[in-house]
Amino acid sequence: MLFDLLGVPPQALFAQLLLGLINGSFYALLSLGLALIFGMLNIINFAHGALYMMGAFVAWMMLHYLGIPFWPALILSPIIVAAFGMVLERTMLARLYHLDHLYGLLLTFGLALLIEGLFRQLYGVSGRVYPTPDILRGGQNLGFMFLPNYRAFVVVAALVVCFGVWYFIERTRIGSYLRAGTENPELLQAFGVNVPRMITLTYGLGVALAAFTGVLAAPIYQVHPLMGFHIIIIVFAVVVVGGLGSMLGAIVTGLMLGVVEGFTRLFYPEASATVIFIIMAIVLLLRPQGLFGRR
Amino acid sequence: MAERDMNISDVSGGSALLQGVERGYVIFGIVAILVLLVAPFVIYPVFVMKVMCFALFALAFNLLLGYGGLLSFGHAAYYGSAAYITAHTVKEWGLTPELGLILGALTGAFLGLVFGWLAIRQAGIYFAMVTLAFAQMIYFFALQAPFTGGEDGIQAVPRGELFGVISLRPDLTLYYFILVIFLFGFYVVFRTVHSPFGQVLKAIRENEQRAISLGYRTDHYKLATFVLSATLSGLAGAATVFVFQLASLTYVHWQTSGEVVLMSLLGGMGTLLGPIVGAILVVTLQTYLAPFGAWITIILGAIFVVCVLTFREGIVGVVQKYLKKPL
Repeated sequence: MLFDLLGVPPQALFAQLLLGLINGSFYALLSLGLALIFGMLNIINFAHGALYMMGAFVAWMMLHYLGIPFWPALILSPIIVAAFGMVLERTMLARLYHLDHLYGLLLTFGLALLIEGLFRQLYGVSGRVYPTPDILRGGQNLGFMFLPNYRAFVVVAALVVCFGVWYFIERTRIGSYLRAGTENPELLQAFGVNVPRMITLTYGLGVALAAFTGVLAAPIYQVHPLMGFHIIIIVFAVVVVGGLGSMLGAIVTGLMLGVVEGFTRLFYPEASATVIFIIMAIVLLLRPQGLFGRR
Repeated sequence: MAERDMNISDVSGGSALLQGVERGYVIFGIVAILVLLVAPFVIYPVFVMKVMCFALFALAFNLLLGYGGLLSFGHAAYYGSAAYITAHTVKEWGLTPELGLILGALTGAFLGLVFGWLAIRQAGIYFAMVTLAFAQMIYFFALQAPFTGGEDGIQAVPRGELFGVISLRPDLTLYYFILVIFLFGFYVVFRTVHSPFGQVLKAIRENEQRAISLGYRTDHYKLATFVLSATLSGLAGAATVFVFQLASLTYVHWQTSGEVVLMSLLGGMGTLLGPIVGAILVVTLQTYLAPFGAWITIILGAIFVVCVLTFREGIVGVVQKYLKKPL
């Protein structure tokens, strides 16, 4: 059998594959949001990780203080965090569009420090457990592996949302405005589309995706003020590997690298934290524009 | 920005040490050195040493950002790796401080060469992401590698005897050793910025296409600057080891990379004195806010936001505009 050749029990193999898919779908959702924001605002949103953390925290706070369960929180938390993000965009980011892109990166880095510092000050550095929603407790025994229901749900939900966003941008009228805005905002404005409002809404959509990912992650990983920073650096590497040019590229690269990371954890655990960065180095060497990038 | 830099080129140039430098600058330099010589008798020497190490680090960083226009978000990699190598070689191999220091700087240079070679394939915003990702790789390496001591770091590094003769154990002796390193680093940056090399670098920052069409191989210039910046960052990291007798994960953490960006931004990107002013302010802030936990992060973040929104020239940048002289 193949499994015997690899010297790994199939249970462990499939468990890591599943974990890889989960992480991969988080990377896909986050890099999709980054790509969206970059396309419209020309800004790399360093605060993306902090907003992901906020998404998880808002869900936790809703449950803890107001008793609002997972399902409403999955919708409400992204809306609240997106509203917060749009306020940031209107009051701060909007002042930087005429400047070098680097200032957007610096500003959002400062915002990330600010947000994460505030949560650390309020909630300390210990993680908080977010319970798995009741309907998704337990799992299926598939014979070759045990599949926890919630984890299966996360992968499916992430894929549905990813492709929903992709469909919205590539196949609908508003999406076509968005793509036009990425190509030539002045011309779009001349056609009577309110471009500044579209920019704000795009930022809101990107932020909502980050917060949605945060809520999905909450029952799997602990809710922690620093949960965003580690993942955002990995997502940056994913973005460099995939290239920011295409939505589909961001989704595929995210999933792929998550799975690669999962397998590395199985076969050579020491490298699991660094494998994505090594792949990034190789891609830079062979195809600097990224796998799906255009120059 | 371009006009200001033209002034710099009028003021300096030539091969002699201070040839053509205006008298005002010479007097300022002499006063600054005198102040630094007397400082340890007035201020706690370890504090001034920390400031000098970070100032050197920020100077090295600003060489790349302020003069080369390249934003590296992972300079902690060179700073921290150098610190680890210096700490390890001095503690475990029993090397003398100057040899440990040189090895540390070489570590920075080597990493700078490898990462710089890969990173300059990307421009602008991607460059920042790539350097950050590489730095995170170094962080994980430092977390797992056997010789770095993981979470504990390398502790109780002996300060040792300089050239095997002069003991660096007294704070005051170490202070002058660090001062020499700092002044050496400052001089290297000063000469680089005011050399023909520095002029080409600024030309690339302002308009890379034009520099290429003038026949400059801009990638070579960028890589050389990256390596020089990484080497000096390594020197700063290595020097820090002797001050605190420690090399730890904090040195390679992204937060350290962020702090050096902030020092440059706050003091004034593309000015010679800006990073030093930024380092003094940020280190002072950290020292006073140390007991208040996460408030440091919050305040540093807030300064970042305020600087980018309202104060992009930095403190020295504003003073420079007021005095109408490049600083």
